[in-house]
Amino acid sequence: MKFNDLAEQSSAWLRGIGPESDIVISTRVRLARNLAEFPFIRRCTDHDRAAIEQTVHRRIDELPELKDLLYVDVNVLPSVDRQFLVERQLISREHAESEGARAVAIDQQENYSLMVNEEDHLRMQVIRSGLDLEAAWEQIGNIDDLIEQKVTFAFHEKYGYLTACPTNVGTGMRVSVMLHLPALVMTRQIEKVFRSLQKINLAVRGLYGEGSQAMGDFYQISNQITLGRTEEELLNQVGEVVPALIGYERKARDYLVREGHRDLHDRVSRAYGILCTAQTISSEETMHLLSSVRMGVNLGLIEDLEIPTINKLFIHTQPAHLQKLSGSELDTSARNIERAMYLQRNLRPDGNGNPAEQN
Amino acid sequence: MRCQMCERPATFHITELNDGEVNEVHLCEEHARGYLAQSEEETPVASSSSSLAGALAQQLELGQTAEELARLDQQSCPVCGITFYQFRNQGRLGCPHDYVAFDNELEPLISNIHGATQHKGKRPRHLPASGEQRTELIKLRREMKEAVEREDYERASQLRDEIRRLEDEPREDAPASETEGRE
Repeated sequence: MKFNDLAEQSSAWLRGIGPESDIVISTRVRLARNLAEFPFIRRCTDHDRAAIEQTVHRRIDELPELKDLLYVDVNVLPSVDRQFLVERQLISREHAESEGARAVAIDQQENYSLMVNEEDHLRMQVIRSGLDLEAAWEQIGNIDDLIEQKVTFAFHEKYGYLTACPTNVGTGMRVSVMLHLPALVMTRQIEKVFRSLQKINLAVRGLYGEGSQAMGDFYQISNQITLGRTEEELLNQVGEVVPALIGYERKARDYLVREGHRDLHDRVSRAYGILCTAQTISSEETMHLLSSVRMGVNLGLIEDLEIPTINKLFIHTQPAHLQKLSGSELDTSARNIERAMYLQRNLRPDGNGNPAEQN
Repeated sequence: MRCQMCERPATFHITELNDGEVNEVHLCEEHARGYLAQSEEETPVASSSSSLAGALAQQLELGQTAEELARLDQQSCPVCGITFYQFRNQGRLGCPHDYVAFDNELEPLISNIHGATQHKGKRPRHLPASGEQRTELIKLRREMKEAVEREDYERASQLRDEIRRLEDEPREDAPASETEGRE
């Protein structure tokens, strides 16, 4: 597989399969690890960074289980390609924007990626469609075991796996579940829910992690504590609250259907109409409207549209994706036009630009 | 259903989660807005312990006088050379050995962040002792760089040999045979 093939395919975690996938978009588990024989990233010389990158690359290559990974040298990547990987959730924004030797190894189906020289030497993450905590942990745990056969990770009897920031020490594990909660937003209950989550030491972030806005009504719930609990306990800590959140979202949807069916149907249909017919459209508006359409499909208000298609559109209408897909650099206004065309091609029933109303 | 505060129909049905306890409130739009605004003003939820900077500031304020803090800031890690001041400033540690070198300061900080100081989860399959040995390499490489900088090439070449020897050393504590399978 080549780098440019990525743009054409849809990530496995967008397939909309797996438990509760009408509301839970994805489950992610990431582990932070550091090689014992090098300083942490901030203290590295250029030479150290290069040596870490080479060591990890060589060790990964030695493992037959990981031989099909696409290994990408992030340091030499043009900025649009780095942005593309961020939009795709394969690397963090910090990884894209930092400098010096760094890389990412990507699984062909995009089930997992291994970032080299992010905040820690190695950040390994698995993403799965739907609510699938156990499977995500099992897979990333196995990858951790494989790599650990080849390198010595910094580990402390008392503090566990050592990380550059003490907030990640111990298991080095962050469990995140991404939820689509449009009805809780519409009924203005979302703030409430978040405050209660923060009280029990869970963090809430937007689609693109720390500091990102909750675009498209997507919210990531993750653990903050990483030390003093086993990996299974951390999975449970996040896993326990998710069914409650799903329950609240379903209740809010029921309420909207029951109390304001016409308003809701109107809102969903208008959103769909704009997305199908707009000639120029911003990323923000797209996310906002796609969110209504996604809920509309789940509630049976729109037919002939599949959840995986919409999931994909959330990602593939992002700025770098449009540029990769069109094969050229586009400024904001050109992107807005390209985005509108892309939406038309993917949303209209016949895909030929004839109005949807015709059937 | 009527609003709990007035005669208008309740259009907002708010469910509160409090330590697993569920509490429902039914309000009209106007009262709901007031209700939500009021709870937003409650104590900030993100307690200082959830952020590193907050936890650090809190801890240093409590424990140290200005002089003690100045002295503490100058302490440095014998392996990577980072000072406590640099860690405080950047919020990132310099190398694995910092957890040993700054243990007195880090332990309360870690306890504040995580509510615990003892790792309970997964462990590497081989002995962590070898990790500490590998961490020696950080120090040797740094010493070599310093030797080169002061043009002490004899020392630098000694160090280089030592580094090579350590780098090539097989991990004696690695699983005896990888075909043996996992525990």
